[in-house]
Amino acid sequence: MNWWQRLWRRKKMEEQLEKELRFHIDEHVNELIARGHAPELAQRNARLALGGPEQVKEKCRDARGTRWLEDLFQDFRYALRTLRQRPGFATVAILALALGSGATTVMFTVINGVLLKPLAYPEADRLVTLHGKTEKYGEQWGFSYPEFHDYQSTGRTLRSVAAWTYAGGTVTGPGAAEYLFGRHISSGLFSVLGISPVEGRAFLPQEDQLGAAPVAVISCGLWQRRFGGRPETIGQQIVVDGKSYTIVGIAPVGLRLDGESDIYTPLGQSTDPRMRNRGAFFIHVLGRLQPNVTLAQAQTELSVIARQLATQYPEDNQGRDMVAHPLSQEVVGDVRPTLWLLLGAVSLVLLIACVNVASLLLARAVSRQRELAMRVALGASRGRLVRQCLTESSVLGISGGALGILLTFVSIRPFVSLWPGSLPRAENVQLDWRVLLFALGVSLLSSVLFGLAPAWRTPARELERWHRGGARSLVGNTRRLHSGFVVAEVALAVVLLVSAGILGRTLLRLSSLDPGFDTQNVLVAHVALSPAVLESPAKARAAWDDVLDRARRFPGVQSVALADVVPMRVGDDSVGYWATPVQPPPEQTPLALTSIVTPEYLNVMGIALRRGRFLNDQDRIGHEVVVVIDDNLAQHAFAGSDPVGKPLWLQGMASNPAKIVGVVGHVRHWGLAGDDQSRVRDQIYVSFYQLPDPLVSFLSSVMSITVRTNISPWNVAEPLRRELRGPGSDQTLYDNHTMDELLRASLDRQRFLLWLFGIFAGLALLLACIGIYGVLTYLTNQRVPEIGLRMALGARARDVMRLVVAQSLAMIVGGIGVGILGALAAGRLLQHLVDGMRPTDLSTFAIMIPILLAAALFASLIPARRASRVDPISALRQE
Amino acid sequence: MAAPKTDLPQGTLDLLLLKVVALGPVHGYAIAQRLEQVSRGVVQVPDGSLYPALHRLENRNLLAADWKETETGREAKFYRLTAKGRKQLEAEAASWQRLIDAIALILGMADGGAR
Repeated sequence: MNWWQRLWRRKKMEEQLEKELRFHIDEHVNELIARGHAPELAQRNARLALGGPEQVKEKCRDARGTRWLEDLFQDFRYALRTLRQRPGFATVAILALALGSGATTVMFTVINGVLLKPLAYPEADRLVTLHGKTEKYGEQWGFSYPEFHDYQSTGRTLRSVAAWTYAGGTVTGPGAAEYLFGRHISSGLFSVLGISPVEGRAFLPQEDQLGAAPVAVISCGLWQRRFGGRPETIGQQIVVDGKSYTIVGIAPVGLRLDGESDIYTPLGQSTDPRMRNRGAFFIHVLGRLQPNVTLAQAQTELSVIARQLATQYPEDNQGRDMVAHPLSQEVVGDVRPTLWLLLGAVSLVLLIACVNVASLLLARAVSRQRELAMRVALGASRGRLVRQCLTESSVLGISGGALGILLTFVSIRPFVSLWPGSLPRAENVQLDWRVLLFALGVSLLSSVLFGLAPAWRTPARELERWHRGGARSLVGNTRRLHSGFVVAEVALAVVLLVSAGILGRTLLRLSSLDPGFDTQNVLVAHVALSPAVLESPAKARAAWDDVLDRARRFPGVQSVALADVVPMRVGDDSVGYWATPVQPPPEQTPLALTSIVTPEYLNVMGIALRRGRFLNDQDRIGHEVVVVIDDNLAQHAFAGSDPVGKPLWLQGMASNPAKIVGVVGHVRHWGLAGDDQSRVRDQIYVSFYQLPDPLVSFLSSVMSITVRTNISPWNVAEPLRRELRGPGSDQTLYDNHTMDELLRASLDRQRFLLWLFGIFAGLALLLACIGIYGVLTYLTNQRVPEIGLRMALGARARDVMRLVVAQSLAMIVGGIGVGILGALAAGRLLQHLVDGMRPTDLSTFAIMIPILLAAALFASLIPARRASRVDPISALRQE
Repeated sequence: MAAPKTDLPQGTLDLLLLKVVALGPVHGYAIAQRLEQVSRGVVQVPDGSLYPALHRLENRNLLAADWKETETGREAKFYRLTAKGRKQLEAEAASWQRLIDAIALILGMADGGAR
């Protein structure tokens, strides 16, 4: 008979066991009677000699080897039965666990998709990105194009390197004019990433240089959209910014270089003047490590190369180091700490749910003492009782977990879409086996966590003693454990409440900050001029004048200006400056955010003018070059003295200094939250009309239009786009935003975290109150005889209430004490991870803790009132 | 006067049971009786350990069992030795014999030293 048959024929085997033992006893009895014993005595002696039929049966069952499985079935059925008997308890427990494990699983699903799954490239863990680094401004630098070549020819630790930079342009054929985001890439990019085009080929090295025949690789999306996904597309022409490119390949869907891109062209063909400038660090570099080379080795080599370059080209490279990071880190960016922070927060909620269920189960286990003692008397071992308790808690845990998975399934998409900005790798966030495994693990682990306490509280020996004594000897033991539960729950709730409080205060403070300009009724949009005019600076200038004229005359428009960078939108342009004739060494040159604007910009944005004047229409080529600076720069470079009329030198713009003609208020370019922390906070405004020709050509492809309107900016956006299509209908407006929207978005992360922490804290508070109520009800019930005695001896209802509330208060205060320590640690963590956070202040505690105290006391009031109504006579009789 | 009863050394109960069953199909009660008779009451099977041991041996396929009628006409579970059980019995009996010989040798040696 194999184990399965034994299990299957359990009932039959039980009958046979019973029959076998009965036969033994009967035979023994017969023999004893034959020897002259009295029948009753014979019966008794025979049973004793066998060793107690029931105990023997238990041991025989153990000997079968399928015991654990039979027990599991039995325990499982028993657990279901007991849970059905108390549906209220089961519902509360399962819901609490479902919320806890569901929230945790949602967070894990996101972490799994974004952080844990490898990038979609083969051996993605060998891919690295390279950055420049200076002491003053950190690692925000790219490489210059000559540096990329230097590294390519001297570097040995990377098998291959590739470079790319942002590009884009207006596609005019085939099909209607459309602005497309694109990238210039070096010829090795596909092979470094280990991918190949879906159709056609990647760029050849000889195509990756000036003067080579124009070729392009297009995205799968563009291929489908404009070419119907036909294979003959390879070899066809696509016209971008008036230039015709031969399509040589179709990029795979998985290719992603910081966001979407539709068209790739060879980097080496770029006529951007920055390509030959060793001081223009705008190239992104990535590479693949040689086999057996570690990141640290690559890093060491990079530093050596950086030092060589610094001696060779001190003007541009002095004080400049180079660093390597895993590519995955760069792709994910600053989302990583946020995700771990949120997982930590939901784990706290889950922990509270576990503690809650543990205390409920413990209360139940103790009230089931009689039953447990009976089981021991019938031969159950201690291990058996522990197992039974754990089965019961696992049934709860797994039901909660299953419901949690359901919650995850329903809420994961909405959650990802609510993520502020765009979540990197969002397409990878899916429920998969890892998530299911995690959810199962979480529910089993939490089952053990909350099942163990009641299980260990049922030691067989003590139960036997209890049964014999008939006294309530176990109760005293659990009081401390129960208090421990309440302390833990309150402490965890304090951590979440205070964290939510800190975030709320931060958001309030940040929202009340002055952005430095008037965000109402301002529309901003990129303008892609007609490719025909981009060829000559004179035509470009004329086209811009036309754009401004038409926009200015448009109904609903108050004023209009051009700008290359817009506050709170992605994109910036930093330039080194100095206020004394001697240029400081490059690593000490301060940086300022440089905005190239037309004179009306001040009015459109509503920026405050502090001194002198803003740029005006007389500031043109041929006139004195002038700049306007902001408060911060004035403070940093001129420290109190009036900067108006003083000279200012700008790196790479001109050898002669510009004259400062005015000072304006600081604009929070990096968002309400991020501006205080950003490294580049000084600002300079330069007139678009004073730019030399080469710069006009280059900047014309990145300029934006900023419009102040009398009516809602959204009502202007679409008609304005049509109005500005230009004579060739190939001029496009894209990337439309209102300033109000950008302002709000700059606090999205803080707002999102506040919402989540608020929800978590609310849940924690609710769960903690349920826990306090449950524990106190239980403890008070245990004290009924004592309370009866006190009342019989003259205590009044008020005294009894005070007694119960004092007991609860002691636990709550203990929890708050522990919680404050935890909250201080959490506050420090938040300050580290979230822009704009201030150190935890007392007022947050002063607001949050009374809320918790009030809720906790309210939860303990009901049991207290019930205790005060105890009837002393019946209470004493119960004893 | 009856000889003082001795507890069974660890692991010997299985061996004794196999030996008793080897003599022919036999039910539990008879096994208990025979053990007591053969050992002249010296060996005492611990209370309640006979049947769990039998079931364990059956579970390991060292014993097999059939339900048969006894002389008195009642149905009882008769245990018999399997081929595997016989091999096990021979191996264990041999190893016991070796152990006993070795112990006797050691004890005898102590006497010889005094002679």
